[in-house]
Amino acid sequence: MSEKIARAGILVIFAVFLMAWPAVAADTIKIAHIDPMSGAFADAGERADKMLRAVVNEINAKGGVLGGKKLEVVTLDNKQSPQESLLMLKKATDEGIHFITQGHGSNNAAALSEAITKIYQRTPEKAVLYLNFSAVDPELTNDKCNFWHFRFDSNSDMKVAAIVSYLARQKSVKKVYLIGQDYAHGRAVRDAARRLLAQKLPNVKIVGDDLHPTGKVKDFSPYVAKIKASGADTVITGNWGNNDLGLLVKAGKEGGLKVNWFTFYAEAGGTPAAIGEAGVDHVYQVSEYHTNIPNSSIEPFVRKFEKETGMSFYYLRMKTAIEMLAKAINQAKSADPLKVAKALEGMRYQSATGEVWMRPEDHQLMAPLYISVMTKAGPKLKYKHDVNRSGFGFRTEALIALKDSVLPTTCRMARP
Amino acid sequence: MEFFLTSLLNGLSYGLLLFMLSSGLTLIFSMMGVLNFAHASFYMLGAYFAYQISSAIGFWPALVIAPLVLGLAGALLERYGLRTVHKSGHVAELLFTVGVALLVEEIVPLIWGRMAVKYAIPRELDFTLFSLFSTSFPAYRGFMLLVSVGMMVLLYVVLTRSRIGLIIQAALTHPEMVGALGHNVPRVFMLVFGVGTALAGLAGVIGGNAFVTEPSMAAAVGSIVFVIAVVGGLGSLEGAFIASLVLGIIQTFSVALDYSLSDLFAGSEVALLHDEALRSLFSIRISQMAPMIPYLVMVLMLIFRPQGLMGKRE
Repeated sequence: MSEKIARAGILVIFAVFLMAWPAVAADTIKIAHIDPMSGAFADAGERADKMLRAVVNEINAKGGVLGGKKLEVVTLDNKQSPQESLLMLKKATDEGIHFITQGHGSNNAAALSEAITKIYQRTPEKAVLYLNFSAVDPELTNDKCNFWHFRFDSNSDMKVAAIVSYLARQKSVKKVYLIGQDYAHGRAVRDAARRLLAQKLPNVKIVGDDLHPTGKVKDFSPYVAKIKASGADTVITGNWGNNDLGLLVKAGKEGGLKVNWFTFYAEAGGTPAAIGEAGVDHVYQVSEYHTNIPNSSIEPFVRKFEKETGMSFYYLRMKTAIEMLAKAINQAKSADPLKVAKALEGMRYQSATGEVWMRPEDHQLMAPLYISVMTKAGPKLKYKHDVNRSGFGFRTEALIALKDSVLPTTCRMARP
Repeated sequence: MEFFLTSLLNGLSYGLLLFMLSSGLTLIFSMMGVLNFAHASFYMLGAYFAYQISSAIGFWPALVIAPLVLGLAGALLERYGLRTVHKSGHVAELLFTVGVALLVEEIVPLIWGRMAVKYAIPRELDFTLFSLFSTSFPAYRGFMLLVSVGMMVLLYVVLTRSRIGLIIQAALTHPEMVGALGHNVPRVFMLVFGVGTALAGLAGVIGGNAFVTEPSMAAAVGSIVFVIAVVGGLGSLEGAFIASLVLGIIQTFSVALDYSLSDLFAGSEVALLHDEALRSLFSIRISQMAPMIPYLVMVLMLIFRPQGLMGKRE
């Protein structure tokens, strides 16, 4: 018996040694990706992870950072919960990781942002720099801002501002309806829309607003009947996903509702397929990127990614984030998170769609935003690139200048 | 008026959809006493099978084949799984169906991926059936209603008017006597379970393209079907039918009601209204609560009438 135990013990030690070996040998700079990899949101998390790995591979193929060091992605599953996110953060710091990235859910982002502030206060040698590529709650770069958090997606206030500035150019817009998911994000979009419409378009009336529980509504026809009865010509929604966005637009078409939908996430994952025909020329999207932006320098990378994974590339903002991180590490001549953070502050960078700037006051990236509209797309059509083989893609309607989407911040950042 | 009629129509169609989703569950529970937690999983499998079959040979064959395949699968599951654990009592049966549900939930993304599949409404049914004022009523919705009502009528007639229905009902209360009369009671239960899963599959075939066919679709309907079964009265098909319609209509209309508690007391100087902490509670509008109403009704029903609207069991 004891011999068996001894043998098992030796095996375990050997196994641990084997696992630890490549990490020591490779000497990479690790980036922990904390996002849902299981459960209902796993699809989104896995997609983001594949894109992140493609971005990191591209940087490594060009020689990595600091003259030859490679970047490495460590994927950690937060099951889309703030508690799990913190556990995963702990795991990352225990492994000596100084860079994390996350994108899904502002609730997770808020938990992480708060935790990394404390990490630096208590154990400065474990400092963590956090690249947020898609959690858009404005609070994160306003009242809840913090030095170690950098956001590379325009926050929802900025996106709403872009939509409003586009609406201002459309004479036909008279009545706007707001509908959203009943949580921080949906509420933030609604409040921003109320505020900015009143400020910039006083003649446009808000004829109704609704919040519904996230992912619980099967049949949107009562909401459609309500929107219809209100006489709205335009709907602004922060809704995302096959259900809350896909079914909403589909129900609108079935109920004979003739409105233009202004959305944030119509292009994500399977949503274009879920919306289908109903969205063509009616579903608009505000985003930093879409698949049919002509002559962008990202083309070869995107085509390669599509070929290798069979999915469309979506997160230009994530690519920008990692590339800016690499640039900051090179500029700082060190992977020390404090030095890298200082290099990131105020950095200007040429992204695939134009120059972007990391505003030092609140660590919010300033990037050009596109308003695009859903269209039929495919290799034989005018717009070549459809999203995830759905037969639908997007075409540019307008490029919103920075001055129309930049908003002041209330952030008062404590700097180390 | 237009709004009222459209909402009534929407409510009816949503209610009938709820009935379609929950009829298989109610059937199995009323005839076998088994609460089938894997019901929603069979619904999901119905949608995926229909997607697979319809992309090969079309929607109409899929409408027949997918439920048949699932009925067969359900019967086999009863014969070789449920019947074995039946000896250990109802808890074991319950756990068994929960296990099946978890298994299906993991296997589906392995086969079809995590992304929604492209399972679209057939061209033949993609038109407007009629227009009520300016609101159009899609033909596919009409088709769903027809199937749902058909299910109800068929089940009712078979169970109460046919010979096999009488045997099933008798086997429920007097299995030994029915067995002594020469009927194969276990086979009767196998049949009932098979029909129950076939109904779930049929709902999946029809619901899958009306909504979205994706791995989380089982979880999305899982809770609402239990609400229907509980409110209707566990084990009562008529109850489930009435509960579906009532909940469907209530939920649809409450979306339209933009009133909150603070409107109710508006004008009067109720001190509570000025309490900061309570203000957010009072300003919740009924429309915001609409999707929660079925669950609220279920809780109230369990408190005041645990056997449900027309339930025969405690």
